[in-house]
Amino acid sequence: MPKRSDIQSVLVIGSGPIVIGQAAEFDYSGTQACRVLKAEGLRVILVNSNPATIMTDPEIADATYVEPITPEFVEKIIAKERPDALLPTLGGQTALNTAISMHENGVLEKYGVELIGANVEAINKGEDRDLFKGVVEAVKAKTGYGESARSVICHTMDDVIAGVDTLGGYPVVVRPSFTMGGAGSGFAHDEEELRRIAGQGLTLSPTTEVLLEESILGWKEYELELMRDRHDNVVVVCSIENFDPMGVHTGDSITVAPAMTLTDREYQRLRDVGIAIIREVGVDTGGCNIQFAIDPADGRVIVIEMNPRVSRSSALASKATGFPIAKIAAKLAVGYTLDEIPNDITEKTPASFEPTLDYVVVKAPRFAFEKFPSADSTLTTTMKSVGEAMAIGRNFTEALQKALRSLEKKGSQFAFTGEIGDKAELLAEAVRPTDGRINTVMQAIRAGATQEEVFDATKIDPWFVDQLFLIKEIADELAAAERLDADLIAEAKRHGFSDAQIGEIRGLREDVVREVRHALGIRPVYKTVDTCAAEFAANTPYFYSSYDEESEVAGRTKPAVIILGSGPNRIGQGIEFDYSCVHASFALSDAGYETVMVNCNPETVSTDYDTSDRLYFEPLTLEDVLEIVHAESLAGPIAGVIVQLGGQTPLGLAQALKDNGVPVVGTSPEAIHAAEDRGAFGRVLAEAGLPAPKHGTATTFGEAKAIADEIGYPVLVRPSYVLGGRGMEIVYDETRLASYISESTEISPTRPVLVDRFLDDAIEIDVDALYDGTELYLGGVMEHIEEAGIHSGDSACALPPITLGGFDIKRLRASTEGIARGVGVLGLINIQFALSGDILYVLEANPRASRTVPFTSKATAVPLAKAAARISLGATIAELRAEGLLPKTGDGGTLPLDAPISVKEAVMPWSRFRDIHGRGVDTVLGPEMRSTGEVMGIDSVFGTAYAKSQAGAYGPLPTKGRAFISVANRDKRSMIFPARELVAHGFELMATSGTAEVLKRNGINATVVRKQSEGTGPNGEKTIVQLIHDGEVDLIVNTPYGTGGRLDGYEIRTAAVARSVPCLTTVQALAAAVQGIDALNHGDVGVRSLQEHAEHLTAARD
Amino acid sequence: MTISTRGDQTPAVLVLEDGRAFRGRAYGAVGETFGEAVFSTGMTGYQETLTDPSYHRQVVVMTAPHVGNTGVNDEDPESGRIWVSGYVVRDPARKPSNWRSQRSLDEELVAQGVVGISGVDTRALTRHLRERGAMRVGIFSGAALTSVSAAGIPDEGTLLARVRQAPEMTGADLSAEVATKEAYVVPAIGTKKFTVAAIDLGIKGMTPHRMAERGIEVHVLPATATLEQVYAVNPDGVFFSNGPGDPSTADHPVALMRGVLERSTPLFGICFGNQILGRALGFGTYKLKYGHRGINQPVQDRTTGKVEVTAHNHGFAVDAPLDKVSDTEFGRAEVSHVCLNDQVVEGLQLLDRPAFSVQYHPEAAAGPHDAAYLFDRFTTLMEGQRA
Repeated sequence: MPKRSDIQSVLVIGSGPIVIGQAAEFDYSGTQACRVLKAEGLRVILVNSNPATIMTDPEIADATYVEPITPEFVEKIIAKERPDALLPTLGGQTALNTAISMHENGVLEKYGVELIGANVEAINKGEDRDLFKGVVEAVKAKTGYGESARSVICHTMDDVIAGVDTLGGYPVVVRPSFTMGGAGSGFAHDEEELRRIAGQGLTLSPTTEVLLEESILGWKEYELELMRDRHDNVVVVCSIENFDPMGVHTGDSITVAPAMTLTDREYQRLRDVGIAIIREVGVDTGGCNIQFAIDPADGRVIVIEMNPRVSRSSALASKATGFPIAKIAAKLAVGYTLDEIPNDITEKTPASFEPTLDYVVVKAPRFAFEKFPSADSTLTTTMKSVGEAMAIGRNFTEALQKALRSLEKKGSQFAFTGEIGDKAELLAEAVRPTDGRINTVMQAIRAGATQEEVFDATKIDPWFVDQLFLIKEIADELAAAERLDADLIAEAKRHGFSDAQIGEIRGLREDVVREVRHALGIRPVYKTVDTCAAEFAANTPYFYSSYDEESEVAGRTKPAVIILGSGPNRIGQGIEFDYSCVHASFALSDAGYETVMVNCNPETVSTDYDTSDRLYFEPLTLEDVLEIVHAESLAGPIAGVIVQLGGQTPLGLAQALKDNGVPVVGTSPEAIHAAEDRGAFGRVLAEAGLPAPKHGTATTFGEAKAIADEIGYPVLVRPSYVLGGRGMEIVYDETRLASYISESTEISPTRPVLVDRFLDDAIEIDVDALYDGTELYLGGVMEHIEEAGIHSGDSACALPPITLGGFDIKRLRASTEGIARGVGVLGLINIQFALSGDILYVLEANPRASRTVPFTSKATAVPLAKAAARISLGATIAELRAEGLLPKTGDGGTLPLDAPISVKEAVMPWSRFRDIHGRGVDTVLGPEMRSTGEVMGIDSVFGTAYAKSQAGAYGPLPTKGRAFISVANRDKRSMIFPARELVAHGFELMATSGTAEVLKRNGINATVVRKQSEGTGPNGEKTIVQLIHDGEVDLIVNTPYGTGGRLDGYEIRTAAVARSVPCLTTVQALAAAVQGIDALNHGDVGVRSLQEHAEHLTAARD
Repeated sequence: MTISTRGDQTPAVLVLEDGRAFRGRAYGAVGETFGEAVFSTGMTGYQETLTDPSYHRQVVVMTAPHVGNTGVNDEDPESGRIWVSGYVVRDPARKPSNWRSQRSLDEELVAQGVVGISGVDTRALTRHLRERGAMRVGIFSGAALTSVSAAGIPDEGTLLARVRQAPEMTGADLSAEVATKEAYVVPAIGTKKFTVAAIDLGIKGMTPHRMAERGIEVHVLPATATLEQVYAVNPDGVFFSNGPGDPSTADHPVALMRGVLERSTPLFGICFGNQILGRALGFGTYKLKYGHRGINQPVQDRTTGKVEVTAHNHGFAVDAPLDKVSDTEFGRAEVSHVCLNDQVVEGLQLLDRPAFSVQYHPEAAAGPHDAAYLFDRFTTLMEGQRA
């Protein structure tokens, strides 16, 4: 049954900004799908508000709309493009929900758009808890196995409270319907917890529906990934077993593929049930994943849930098996059947088979609790991790230890030295699932816990527990051995020990261990992920290392460029860096190099086996990278290793790689140091005659106080060498300075604290530029909407800058060139400036691809990362201009006046986190970055672009209704004009007494509402927090008061998050929002594809 | 419980007929063993694999690295004993974990005297077999190794010579060695609807069970059964099972099957049974380079176009034309099933008589249940014959 001939054009919906539970994996799947559909000769129309994606690169689709993924905007796109079909299954829950609401409101029918890859009935059956229960019952009738946990559906709090009795009491699980990543779900052990969790769940669920369920905490958890074609052929692509038993969201669990502890009978039972479910639900074409819980005592099987779409797990399964689920789902959607699609890896066999693995895959989650110190770090059924690393080994121990070191986090690897803790204490601690529980378990084992004790505390399967004991026993042997002989080192390596771990155990330096190991001839070999356990020859060089006998790396003649990726996503280092790495790979491949990608993040496009010529799915540590370089140097010539594009992870390896004789290309490690080291960078600035804010470094409170006294409060303090503003704070007085110094664990004589003058009210500016040693190409100038002091990653910004003039740009260009030359940049540099008064201060420079490269590239229609990669390998800007990779003339600083305005807005993960009392965490922005993703709004004027960015990030700005305003004293002046505008647009204002007074004096009427601290009034007048909870507020403006009014603001902001009411926490954002509301209220907001924008820009440039 | 960190440290050596050798550690029984080296790609079902009589005289290399994780129970074996002549794994489990587990696989292998080797680069070995084809192999440990070693270094030349003395699989007639000596009956589950005479050429326990589930009383007969003995049970259908060895040597089963075909009794064959049908129809059989052994093989049912994921264990195949209906002594015949990986014949059916067979394992165990419908097809044939 070949491709359908009645579909000529397809609209693909992406997943929007990166949020917890819906991350880069949807860029990977969406990119695959778009490429496949385009290759099939279809016109591909894409909508995704996230500029940091490969899928929104103009060459991936025919028409790329970086517009908000809301039914309103998607309808505009449909009206303009008139696609034949809509493919909603590759953009996560966002795409699925948008498609369903467009089906329900009749838009699809109106424009004759066919939903492909899923039908509404199937989506509902899969996602609606009650319908799905019916599915499971029908499946049990057919197969004899599988059941649902006992449960009740509730639509009100009364239903919820009554439901507990029918389940047989606490604990119970609460699961809201139609939310992603398990948002809003959790365990309730008593009524208080239940009211809180279910209350939020009812709010979060678009259908005001939650499910209460019997507790199956501690059961074994499994997942199957399935695909079905329209001929009813079904295959199970992958089985996944969770190391952490039931109770921890699968996204937060360590997971293992294939399943390790099922007999064939039990596995086939799950397979039968899974296949019966996909049929019963009616997923006609495409993939789905199904989660199971199994009672370890008797094997009772409970079907937990299914996702009738490509999911995070399908991305993991694709990388784990080499079976590209999204690509095949796209082909199935346009009519192919599985047997008609060749297996890319073997080329000779079809996709209608089930991959078999001769290796073990371990995925480990990466968390960011350090960014949310008040949040409860207990892992629950609500996903909280921000990224993940995957590792492949020839056995579990090897894969596990590689995964843990891939996390690149202090303490993530097992430690076998140091004090042995108290067994009972450690076991008690291990009961609570947390980030790093596996390390606690290892410490308990070191403290003498038995296998049974570990199982009793954690319910981790005894086979996994035994594997941890195996690792610990090897560590003991390493410690006890008289000397490190070849057998012992080889054995330790076979179980995943790093040189650093062995060194720590033996009291040796890592490089000494490495030397000994090399002298003994012990090196890893590289095996191929081939879908078929070597049954057929594989033609795709997708490698992983293992300490085994035979290597499969083939020789090559073309010079190779090795690109180091960015590792697991984390706050501050996300998909943007993967974007740059992928671009480098594409550009260098075009330029005739053999490209070799190294990365360990399964969510990314870079780890797709057909992005680069060769893929090494490996940890990004010095040891692992050196071994890859060695293996590739045996295979053929190496032109260079690129460390500049993957963020801080590869950058941190630069010097050590160079010291080991690796040819690092692009900006040299010495230059990187010149930008990162305070003293060296100070000299660069002095030489270029550029001012930096007054600053100093201190290792004690006394020193810090002296500096602060000299430069004046407020000061910006931070530990040296940090990423994403970690630990950075604006300190307004000496008391806080003293407590900051005493609380900080990052400060020591070798790690001083940096104290900078804080530039109040400054405009912060970000510049991305290319430098080839002689010429500067100013990529783009971004003006932040929030004032300096808010981390650039969390701040909204506009490009081209909206208030800077030609003179400012000239100064920025000169400063950027001075720094690029002074530092010695060869490739990309990102510089942050602050314009205060009339002085342009340099805040910091990063001689690498920045987070904003994809945004800048899309806003100016110039592929900066590609150009940077080429410059690293010797091309000049002049050559790239001649070649057409860069514009012939002009640059991002000379954009024509009618160039579109692009606004980037950050997306925050507040709703994911609760403190230990179950309350939300505060949402105030600060110098420490906490956003997980971003969106872009693009239009001809700022107001519309800003409104689009808000719609993409948080939902549409209100155009009328009730606005609540409460601002700090310092913001009161600047609030008056925007407040007046709101009134002019028909908003009714509410304010706390102080703010209302100021408004009144300026002739603006505002209703005074009670503060939370004032409590309910004598006549039942609600407080502002109650009003927000009751849905009586449409827009909130609340700027923090420093320390005084903090608590009240906290309650307001967390209520806003809980009720999803737009909440502006700076007056600058208010001013921008007013412009956006103005744009929305005046005239129609249109949509325009990036290709159209680019055409316009190119025409204007010529 | 104390577990030695690195398990049994007894060295073991695996030597292939072409001279390639792998070092590892003894697993299961210590000693020496010979057989045909084949690899199996199933990730589950080692118990079923070990006890499948079709593996008789074969040394099985498991491509899945972890083996033994779920231990051994008394419910899952496919026959009364382990049949493989040797077992090659990379990482044997130290501790089994499963609610049905009764003992460890290591213990079971020792108890049944099965010599194995662990710690081997099984992927390298598999790639070698894929490129060079299945071949004879020997595994040596303990005295078998020390007796030919000097200063701890085994003399691989001596070992190789011993491997080359072992019998080859081509030309081997093994059914009689694995089949039951006495006839026995597997009663129907529920109401009895049919009687089937099943010729045991190395039958797996799940096969009569799948028939019994469908109301079939199964009379399992020895491989040496005569036509008279078959018809003595008054069968509604006759079944020819899977089994080890070279089908070109299976003259008795072929003759027996021809007798059944002549009488137009509904006939169903699995694996070896498919090869017997091929030969009975006048087609040849040949040895595949390295065979199909796994539980993920895509087979297309050419009558419906549907693809099923199936369990395979065969080193030989039928040589029949894929693209046309063949005229045979028993009327028209066609290839009903084909493996999509390599276009190998996976099923035959007669168009003028009630007979069909498949090369793979619809009874699964281990493996997916996608092809279970074939047992229904058999009952339909038997019903048709009655009507």
